[in-house]
Amino acid sequence: MVENNRWGNFFAHLVLILGVAVVVFPVYVAVIASTHPSGTFLRGVMPLLPGPNALENYRTVIFEGRSRAGTPPIGGMLWNSFIMAMAITLGKLSISILSAFAIVYFRFPGRIFFFWVIFLTLMLPVEVRIVPTFEVVANLGMLNSFAGLSIPLIASATATFLFRQFFMTVPEELMEAARVDGAGPMKFFKDILLPLSITNIAALFVIMFIYGWNQYLWPLLITTDQEYYTIVMGIQRMVTGGDSEPLWHLVMATVTLAALPPILVILFMQRLFVKGLTETEK
Amino acid sequence: MQTKRTTFSNWWLPYALLAPQVIITLIFFVWPASQALLQSVYRQGDAFGIRPPTFVGLRNFEILLSDPLYLNSLKVTFIFSVGTTLLSMSVALLFAVMVNRMIRSRDSYTTFLVWPYAIAPAIAGVLWWFIFNPNIGILPYVLQGIGYDWNHRSSSTDAMILIIVAAAWKQISYNFLFFLAGLQSIPHSLIEAAAIDGASRFKRFWNIVFPLLSPITFFLMVVNIVYAMFDTFGVIHATTEGGPAQATNILVYKVFRDGFVNLNIGSSAAQSVILMGIVIVLTVVQFRYIERRVNY
Repeated sequence: MVENNRWGNFFAHLVLILGVAVVVFPVYVAVIASTHPSGTFLRGVMPLLPGPNALENYRTVIFEGRSRAGTPPIGGMLWNSFIMAMAITLGKLSISILSAFAIVYFRFPGRIFFFWVIFLTLMLPVEVRIVPTFEVVANLGMLNSFAGLSIPLIASATATFLFRQFFMTVPEELMEAARVDGAGPMKFFKDILLPLSITNIAALFVIMFIYGWNQYLWPLLITTDQEYYTIVMGIQRMVTGGDSEPLWHLVMATVTLAALPPILVILFMQRLFVKGLTETEK
Repeated sequence: MQTKRTTFSNWWLPYALLAPQVIITLIFFVWPASQALLQSVYRQGDAFGIRPPTFVGLRNFEILLSDPLYLNSLKVTFIFSVGTTLLSMSVALLFAVMVNRMIRSRDSYTTFLVWPYAIAPAIAGVLWWFIFNPNIGILPYVLQGIGYDWNHRSSSTDAMILIIVAAAWKQISYNFLFFLAGLQSIPHSLIEAAAIDGASRFKRFWNIVFPLLSPITFFLMVVNIVYAMFDTFGVIHATTEGGPAQATNILVYKVFRDGFVNLNIGSSAAQSVILMGIVIVLTVVQFRYIERRVNY
């Protein structure tokens, strides 16, 4: 630092600690609320200290659900979310690394055209063309299926771009050497390019997993069968399930469980996450 | 667009490699988008197939743009995206500047600030909805103490504040990481030189750091506006559902409502087309900026 300002540092720490407190507060409140019995929420203000009912609440939401309000046990929903997130992530990664490989390592008629077709997907988030996309999926008979949940979301311009950028930085000599040694394109891809891309793949994995896990509107539309509900959309059903106030202790236990997997992914893979985020977007 | 200096020669392999991506794009992106374009110039037929869809040209757009509800939705979207962008970016910049001063504690603060990125917009909505709940929420309780009667179920302003706070909260991590990366790439010598010339801390920030951050700031502005306009469906749907009295009915939410709840396909398609136009403009702006930034 240019000058070491004791009061400045103190002030900075103060701002950050307050800031962190504000950022953490909503989740803290949710965790606290999930440990209280339902009676706590009938009057007064919400609790700020843990209550005695944690085990009970979590057991209820995971195994029983609220059958009367139409929400299944969330154990199944967690599993669905996991399958959907993994399918979207792996699908996105594999189709985009292949297309980036084709675009960078081959010259063929229509290359630029295909590049633009893929580029288009970046421009059209599912939210803006929701009705016609829904019709397509319905016509294909993919409502209430994992295929319908994941396949329409796995085209990814972002990942294709990142892999393209990365492949452009791979030294030319590697490929020339591989060719001299008689390796075909797929062998080069499998034995040289793929191992080199591991960090990029991992970084993208974090971003894509979170993207997949947090899908909301799409599962909401195409699943009417409880068996395919995902956890993030399930929460909405719990909140607006009846005319009465929601059962806050159960809602918050669900919220906690729904937010936990992606948060853990970020915390354990923080470096990769930061790398993935700051590099994909520029 | 470049390739490698030498390339593999194989006439069918590249097509096979591209096929999965291109097929999915055509079926789930290009086809629906063209359907939306088509539907937007037709008046839908009735449910029994007695009256076929009729071509109406730009009529759907005319109706839309003279519809006070749609104009209101435009206004609401504007307020919401500007509010979310400003709030989330300014808080993130403050955090980034403070964290950048730290040496030992930098990583721990970063850890505490990045994880809200993982939270789904719908969950962010539910969390803040709980905190702002008029019956048991802690903030209305505090606000009552200073004489403000919070109720986002009846007050449009309160509802708007609620969704802005929820949407901005989730986006802080993202902006923070980019600002921090930007701050760390500023050469220290510049700041030291200014300090030797006697520039105060505030002057150094305002005249050196902030201008050097401007490319990132601009980039984040576009990203945040896109986020607020298109990715916040969950926030709205899980909390206010567009109410009270249309006060939080942003464009993306209105497309959904008109298409799936009110079953007005023509109008919904026209809205989709307008939204696609907005996305394309924003994306082009973003990419022009990326091209310019290469030598920064």
